[in-house]
Amino acid sequence: MTLDTLRLTAEEAKRLLDAKEISGAELFAAYSGREDDLNAYLLRCDDPGGDGIPIAVKDVIGTKGIRTTAGSKILESYVPVYDATVIANAKRHGLRILGKTNTDEFAMGSSTENSAFGPSRNPWDPSRVPGGSGGGSAAAVSGGLAPWALGSDTGGSIKQPAALCGHVGLRPTYGTVSRYGVVAFASSLDQVGPVAKNVRDCAFLYSIISGRDENDSTTVDVPPVELPAADDLKGIRIGVPKQMNHVEGVQPGVTEQVDKAIALAESLGAEIGECSLPLSVDYGMPCYYLVAPAEASSNLARYDGVRYGLRVDGADFREMAMRTRDAGFGDEPKRRIMIGTYALSSGYYDAYYATAQKVRTVIRREHDAVFEKFDLIVSPTSPTVAFEFGEKAADPLAMYLCDVFTIPSCLAGLPGLNVPVGLSEGLPVGIQLIGPQFAENTLFRVGHALEQAIGFDFVPERLR
Amino acid sequence: MARITRDEVLHVARLARLELSEDEIAKFQEQLSDILEAVSKVSELDLSGVPPTAHPLAIENAWAEDASRPCLPLEDVFANAPDRDDDHFRVPPA
Repeated sequence: MTLDTLRLTAEEAKRLLDAKEISGAELFAAYSGREDDLNAYLLRCDDPGGDGIPIAVKDVIGTKGIRTTAGSKILESYVPVYDATVIANAKRHGLRILGKTNTDEFAMGSSTENSAFGPSRNPWDPSRVPGGSGGGSAAAVSGGLAPWALGSDTGGSIKQPAALCGHVGLRPTYGTVSRYGVVAFASSLDQVGPVAKNVRDCAFLYSIISGRDENDSTTVDVPPVELPAADDLKGIRIGVPKQMNHVEGVQPGVTEQVDKAIALAESLGAEIGECSLPLSVDYGMPCYYLVAPAEASSNLARYDGVRYGLRVDGADFREMAMRTRDAGFGDEPKRRIMIGTYALSSGYYDAYYATAQKVRTVIRREHDAVFEKFDLIVSPTSPTVAFEFGEKAADPLAMYLCDVFTIPSCLAGLPGLNVPVGLSEGLPVGIQLIGPQFAENTLFRVGHALEQAIGFDFVPERLR
Repeated sequence: MARITRDEVLHVARLARLELSEDEIAKFQEQLSDILEAVSKVSELDLSGVPPTAHPLAIENAWAEDASRPCLPLEDVFANAPDRDDDHFRVPPA
């Protein structure tokens, strides 16, 4: 039987496997045999055997015996000797790794243009970026190269690519998914999450990877995951933050699609009301670009040419370490290490890092107050549709603004789900649904009901 | 806000163990000044009495059982080592 890998969901693949309509080998081959003209993968794997659902894995997630580069030359030949907990969980459910997907270097970026191994392409329009940092996983899922994938999200790296490529992505509540074995970027923000063609697959994959892990002391017990089935939104209160909707910088075509989705939610029974996050949007970006680089500068100190990764020789230890880091890191990690080091350095710590941590409290409290009246809030995930290569690559600040709407909730540790809602200029538009901590089931319910009502076709138009 | 100087770039690069080329020094002086100017916005707020958030969850004292358990075999520990001397990572002299 011929499999349409562009359209096949993980749930349908599982049904075909369970009914023995296809073999595990046939299913894996349907994906691995497809040409990767999107540079979605940095490495593709052989079928390990078995009859589990195949999965693509972002290359910041450590995989035993499979090269894991984090999109960086400094880890170009690094082969982990153990599996990340999320990989162990996936394997326990029989999932088979199709390959390791491209990412901005150390997950720092919004387009994959910061990957040391070249950018990935958007399946809807290969002259445009797939978003980032998880653009490889996004391109794989939307491009028919994987039924679903694992991503990681620090400030928007799952949700933004999902928006730009037209599929579903969840950034889970901080602490619900183990970070053990995942290449660290900013530890108080990093979360692994599912990337999928629809909300039910997304929820199912979340149920596989989430849970408390004794190897990550920041993980907690997770409420049982409910696969969404309801078509209505009765009793759901949805807040529309006025600082994230109908504001300057959002493309009109994006606003139009988001508004249509909100109106549809209302027609499905949801109660819609305006709300306000007066400081979170304005101060989220500056807060994030202090907290995340500060943590990154500390985390990336480990790449010193001693235990693993690249080494460039030098006359003494210091020279070796400095040369290794200069040769191994690309521009973006260097920029963030420099910003973070500056913000943490003597004389500047209070003005920058300590202040940003207090702003983070302000942002948390603002969201807490909104969730006293609403079950979730909604906004565009990205202010724009997928942009062209080079459009923002030369201007780090312009690239940082891609995540202006996804960042505030990340700082507050909140879950966020991207759901595609329509097209603008022939390119996907996504909304983000943000809930209070541990509200994943609400996000799945609302996302699923909207998805059913909208009937968005997640297969890129040029590939139908 | 004042632009950061070439000396500051070199100081931070040294703290961060980055050996930068001349081109990088000039480029980063410009870009870091722009970024720092943007993030300095955090200082506009009155934050008196606001406690810092280091971590988004209210977890306190996540204890692990104080018991020994298996760790990686040495061959695995050294599997990615650039240089090794018996059971040590070998590095140039300090």
